[in-house]
Amino acid sequence: MTALAIDTDLKEKIIKSFSSDDGGRKNALEVFKELGLPAGKAEEYRFTPITKALEKNFDFDVANSSSNFSSIDSFLIPGLEANVIVFVNGKYAAHFSKKISPDREVRISSLPAAIENGDATEHFEKYLKTSTDVFSAMNSAFWQDGVFIKVPANTKVEKPILILHINDAGQSQSVCHTRLLLMLEEGANLTLIERSASIGSNPIFHTFAEEIVIGKNASLDYVKIQNDEGKLHQVANSLFHQSDKSRLNTFTLTLNGSLIRNNFNIAIDGENCESHFYGLYLLNGNTMADNHTVVDHIKPNSFSNELYKGVMDGNSKGVFNGKIFVRPNAQKTNAFQSNRNILLTDTATINTKPQLEIWADDVKCSHGCTTGQLDEEAVFYLRSRGIPSKEAKAMLLYAFAAETLQPIKNMELKNYLDGLISQRLNKV
Amino acid sequence: MLSIKNLKARVEDKPILNGINLQVNAGEVHAIMGPNGSGKSTLASVLAGREDYEVTEGEVVFQGKNLLELDPDVRACEGIFLAFQYPVEIPGVSTVNFMKTAINKIREHRGQPVLDAVAFLQLMKEKMKLVEIDQSLLSRSLNEGFSGGEKKRNEIFQMAMLEPRLSILDETDSGLDIDALRIVANGVNKLRSKNNATILVTHYQRLLEYIVPDFVHVLYKGKIVKSGGKELALELEAKGYDWIKNEMELV
Repeated sequence: MTALAIDTDLKEKIIKSFSSDDGGRKNALEVFKELGLPAGKAEEYRFTPITKALEKNFDFDVANSSSNFSSIDSFLIPGLEANVIVFVNGKYAAHFSKKISPDREVRISSLPAAIENGDATEHFEKYLKTSTDVFSAMNSAFWQDGVFIKVPANTKVEKPILILHINDAGQSQSVCHTRLLLMLEEGANLTLIERSASIGSNPIFHTFAEEIVIGKNASLDYVKIQNDEGKLHQVANSLFHQSDKSRLNTFTLTLNGSLIRNNFNIAIDGENCESHFYGLYLLNGNTMADNHTVVDHIKPNSFSNELYKGVMDGNSKGVFNGKIFVRPNAQKTNAFQSNRNILLTDTATINTKPQLEIWADDVKCSHGCTTGQLDEEAVFYLRSRGIPSKEAKAMLLYAFAAETLQPIKNMELKNYLDGLISQRLNKV
Repeated sequence: MLSIKNLKARVEDKPILNGINLQVNAGEVHAIMGPNGSGKSTLASVLAGREDYEVTEGEVVFQGKNLLELDPDVRACEGIFLAFQYPVEIPGVSTVNFMKTAINKIREHRGQPVLDAVAFLQLMKEKMKLVEIDQSLLSRSLNEGFSGGEKKRNEIFQMAMLEPRLSILDETDSGLDIDALRIVANGVNKLRSKNNATILVTHYQRLLEYIVPDFVHVLYKGKIVKSGGKELALELEAKGYDWIKNEMELV
């Protein structure tokens, strides 16, 4: 009974902090009330005690303190020329942001403005599972700011877009809810990098809701970097919608944070699409990272390949849940999924659950997961050639991890990610 | 160079080596033969430092140092090389990259300057010829999808690169066809010098037609029960291991 009481109490506090006359937001709040925060046994959050963490660490009746750091240089990717969009504690920070691509390649504007003038209305809230997912509903009710990005038809955006979410918890806690709406029109091509970073050691709670629409023949490379040294609690909902002949590559790298939950939902609502979803979580300390992915094959003749890998050290916890749906109409689907994990200590854990639901009869699908320790025989082999134990282990873990970098084409980005991975694995 | 005295070792509770004595000098090739389960591979593993085995008694002195106190990687730096009976497949690590790291660790240990990329490639090209191995194979993941012969050639290639003082070849002939055996043996012979030594662990006499040993030792139940010259191998081939077994039972 106590657990329930805590849950209700927290929910009430969150509801009390609501203040808006907007009809959409009010509706979302009703859904939030209805669904409630996930209780300990809620299937989708069985291994991820988010409600407990929120109850323990956050007040929902205080505003975020102001932030006054002066440079974002340390959060940028060295050598990468990119359009930079910066959010500080959930609010767009114009003075740190910088657009270098011309307007004919890409339009970037504030999401509230794009809703106001009608640019965003066609797709806004169309894909998000606001009615069934409590954190989507929460975000829909409370989102503070967001960005709208549109790439016109048959246009390649030469320079990537980097979205930086900086949470400054130097003075006090930070609670933010941000939004993204990305539209790639027919034949458009973009690389989008999203990175969260934090300052200070007070707790941070951050929800994302991202709607990403990939038009016919369009191509998106999407990279998410989660390397927050601070006490970040994050629930990221990313909804992708693919049309005919579109291509999507995603890579999610999780290195730090207190509790990270990524919900990736990919609707392959077109024929002849090609999609690669890669993820890597290299965890240590008490970090917990949970990747939930749903790949939904709605139409025939598409290909999807998912590979998530994890290395868990210390007391860290990993969760992987991968669902593949192949709908009755989605004949000739090729869908593959693999989740592989290495546990480095007795106190690290992984909970992995691949799920395949197929309603079509002419498909090629496979899924699998493995969990094990570092191969001692391989370590001995390398040591027998003169390589010390620590380096031999780092070498093997790197080889295991680096496979997930395959889909990344931008060299500066790849080098940066490669560096983050090597650095982490050499500490093991 | 290597002096083994009364070496006893076990895996878990099972004693496998029951008092090995062996002296190997620079320039010599020793063959260790014996029936299955006699402890041949265990001896090779203990010398290389595999941690599954516990040494319970005896000593191993290699170039004046107590070998048993050294970590496997330090042993390699000191000049021990084990060619594996079953080379490990390591996805994602190419032979080239791993050799570059290994050779420079060893050079560092020996107080030699590290090899730059150009010098490394030059050395690699030279050693590749020795075992007739192709560069494309070395750029691939270590041993992954290699045939049995390719794996063993890769072992000898690594041996050539690292220039060990003492090479231990653990059943390098197993799983090789006659052409691969000739290539591997040829590589080993070319690497023989008055400064280094080789221990060949083998079940069959066949390998010894190609690499002619100075001494042959027969291992049985964890002990060397017979030693002799190369003719001992022929006698074994003719009479079979039962000859040794029977002789030992009589004693």
